[in-house]
Amino acid sequence: MKFSKSYLLASVVGTALLSTSAFAAGVHPETGEKLADEQTFTYRVLDEHSSFDPQVNEDVDGSEIARNLFEGLYNQDNLGNLVPGVALSHTVSDDKLTYTFKLRDNAKWSDGKPVTAGDFVFAWRRLASPELASPYQWYAELMSVENADKIVKGEMKPEELGIKALNDHTLEVKLTKPLPYFASMTTHSSTFPSPSWAIEAHGTEWTKPENIVSNGAYKLVKHVPQETAIMERNSNYWDNENTIIEKVETLVINDENIALTRYLAGELDLTDAPAGQFPRLKKEYPDQAVVFPRLCSYYYTFNLSDSGLKEFKDPRVRKALSYALDRRVITDAVLQAGQFPAYTFTPAVTAGFKVPDVDYAGWTQAERDAKARELIAAAGFSKDNPLEFDLVYNTDEGHKKVAIAMTQMWKQKLGVKVNMNNMEWKTFLNERRNQNFELARGAWCGDYNEASTFLDLMNSESGYNDGRFNNSEVDDLLDDAKSAADPQPNYTRVEEILAAEMPIIPIYHYTEDYMMNTQLKNWPIKNAEQNWYAKNLYKVAK
Amino acid sequence: MLSYILRRVAIAIPTLLLLIVISFLLMHAAPGGPFTSERPLPPAVLANIEAKYGLNQPIYVQIFNYIGGIVTEFDFGPSFKYKDRTVNDIIANGFPVTLTYGFLSFLVAVLVGGALGIAAALKQNTWLDYIAVGISIGAQVLPNFVMAPILVLIFTLWLGWLPGGGWNDGAWQNLILPVIALSTSYMASVARLTRSSMLEVLHTNFIRTAMAKGLPYRVIVFKHALKPALLPVMSYLGPAFVLMITGSVIIDMYFSTGGIGQFYVNSALNRDYAVMMGITILIGGLTILFNLIVDILYAWVDPKIRY
Repeated sequence: MKFSKSYLLASVVGTALLSTSAFAAGVHPETGEKLADEQTFTYRVLDEHSSFDPQVNEDVDGSEIARNLFEGLYNQDNLGNLVPGVALSHTVSDDKLTYTFKLRDNAKWSDGKPVTAGDFVFAWRRLASPELASPYQWYAELMSVENADKIVKGEMKPEELGIKALNDHTLEVKLTKPLPYFASMTTHSSTFPSPSWAIEAHGTEWTKPENIVSNGAYKLVKHVPQETAIMERNSNYWDNENTIIEKVETLVINDENIALTRYLAGELDLTDAPAGQFPRLKKEYPDQAVVFPRLCSYYYTFNLSDSGLKEFKDPRVRKALSYALDRRVITDAVLQAGQFPAYTFTPAVTAGFKVPDVDYAGWTQAERDAKARELIAAAGFSKDNPLEFDLVYNTDEGHKKVAIAMTQMWKQKLGVKVNMNNMEWKTFLNERRNQNFELARGAWCGDYNEASTFLDLMNSESGYNDGRFNNSEVDDLLDDAKSAADPQPNYTRVEEILAAEMPIIPIYHYTEDYMMNTQLKNWPIKNAEQNWYAKNLYKVAK
Repeated sequence: MLSYILRRVAIAIPTLLLLIVISFLLMHAAPGGPFTSERPLPPAVLANIEAKYGLNQPIYVQIFNYIGGIVTEFDFGPSFKYKDRTVNDIIANGFPVTLTYGFLSFLVAVLVGGALGIAAALKQNTWLDYIAVGISIGAQVLPNFVMAPILVLIFTLWLGWLPGGGWNDGAWQNLILPVIALSTSYMASVARLTRSSMLEVLHTNFIRTAMAKGLPYRVIVFKHALKPALLPVMSYLGPAFVLMITGSVIIDMYFSTGGIGQFYVNSALNRDYAVMMGITILIGGLTILFNLIVDILYAWVDPKIRY
């Protein structure tokens, strides 16, 4: 788990070489492309982010901003691999429970103070502390940092968290159990360092542009809530010389169609393609409409708890419903934005995950339909005695279209009667959480790029297992995977059990559909988590 | 008059209290809460957060503390969603925005609508009347959610004259489209109301008497007819003014102005209780205030009305 010396050497040499080249010439130092005079990157965000505070923020838009303002132990490259951030490398003890990170000595905060191991200790204690009450406290538990769970419960003090600064540039973290992907979890914004002196001086006001101190490639210069956040280069950032984008601007635009209009008017460099419009945009703007896979799964979950429909307790019924769905029709005719039909819960783009050959994925749709009819008949349902159930999704045009397509397929192929319902988001979540449903829509995006971020949902102990699927073999396999040298066989087996038991119906794996200015380069298209860093982007001249 | 105003203010206090209590209860009755999310929080984490915001206390204690905070410190509480900011911050940031474009829209609606209405009434059944009525009906059927995209299409995408959104500290370029979009349907209503009430007044006996007396037409219209004709318009304008200055969700959404209309709707969807309460109280208070102002103006305009 240690970065190879040659890699380190290469990056050090590379950095040294790069730092001598000047961008004033207006040419990209590596590719030789002519750079645009104005290096401002403006992108649309759906909603105002919850906070600039890396430990407090709880949304995707906010973590994107945090990744530009702050820097954690590791960053990701364009493929999603770990590259040094504040940490240069790390070693793992033989029992895999102690991680020792070596921090770079040239990292600085925007006020010129050095970034030290103590800043990480402060931040992580803060993350776990009940006093701050961060909604991401659970992330400290998820990382299995020693005593995190007890601190969250208030049974221990934050000072007792398993993180220690051995000296200014050496950080030690103790875990309660081996976690093979621990290092990659440090790219999450809630683990970024925070400046104790600024927080002590200004309290919750410390994130205001006039007070904020950050250690990332950019610093916050202006914030107009619900309108914009403007970030400019941080001259104290250790790799500032290699940063090309001068200014990063977010524009809060709630409606994706309006955002598209403003994109077309030239106000934005990047926005989401509105649902259903991707084929048209691809045709009209072939260079600007881009699509790439995401680490997200769209599925429907059966309620297998006592409050669920008794007919769904029969795996034959669940399988028949899953088999009868022609996922190609949903992705290619309904959604039309390059989504991938899903037969496993875990998306194929997940790092280190080999998609297992689950049986029904290999069949033709005609074979699946035949099998579905067979199963539903065997379960005792027919035209005269049709299966009837309620399906619920959260209110959204896209979800509605998918639900209509699904119910039509079930009706035509199996004679099943489905009552469709939609609910406002929070109501929907509440009902799903309390098992007040029969079949409900679900979606999950990976918290980190490893299959367990998906499959752990199927653990009977998981708080996210809304369908209450309970299979002791799955639980054991998932627990065992945490410490296995190669967890892939466990994941393969879990997916096979899911295909055999069908507690959820995987429908498709998401794609990201963007409209992107053709001048904008180096967007990490192949990073399935879409963790992008403005410092890696640049704009070429027209 | 003064005792009337004092009496109205005295009634306003229990009205606002009632508004707070009912909204508070309704809000907490909605399923889900501010911290319901796709990733359910572990119980210990949720308990910490609820303790921080006092949501673990019985609801009557919460209401009591909330009202206590407002009365003693004018503190409307923290936002549950935007954790760096308080409700006071959010209103202080957003209200000036909505106030600016709302007030300008109000002026446009009253001046243009009033002028159209008066002109149409005075020249009833002439081409001027038909044009004025045509414009006001046309504007009425173009609500702001239709106007906004049309305006952006024309002025931003086709002509490229004006920005398609944003506030930009209230620069005039950013103000034009929101003001037009918001004012058109109000302007239409003002025009139609002014026209019909003006027509009604022009056919009353005292105007006929004034005509018979040989008063100049200008004096009849502006001195004698206009004031009574404005009464129904005024009772419309009071609540309309409040609606306009407290922001339109559509305008805020469409033009990304950062006004409080958008916060209001989002706070309901996010179950951001304190923000939703704060804006409800603001709108409630302003409604009460402007109804009072309209009533006072009534007495000023119409000598028959005395309190």
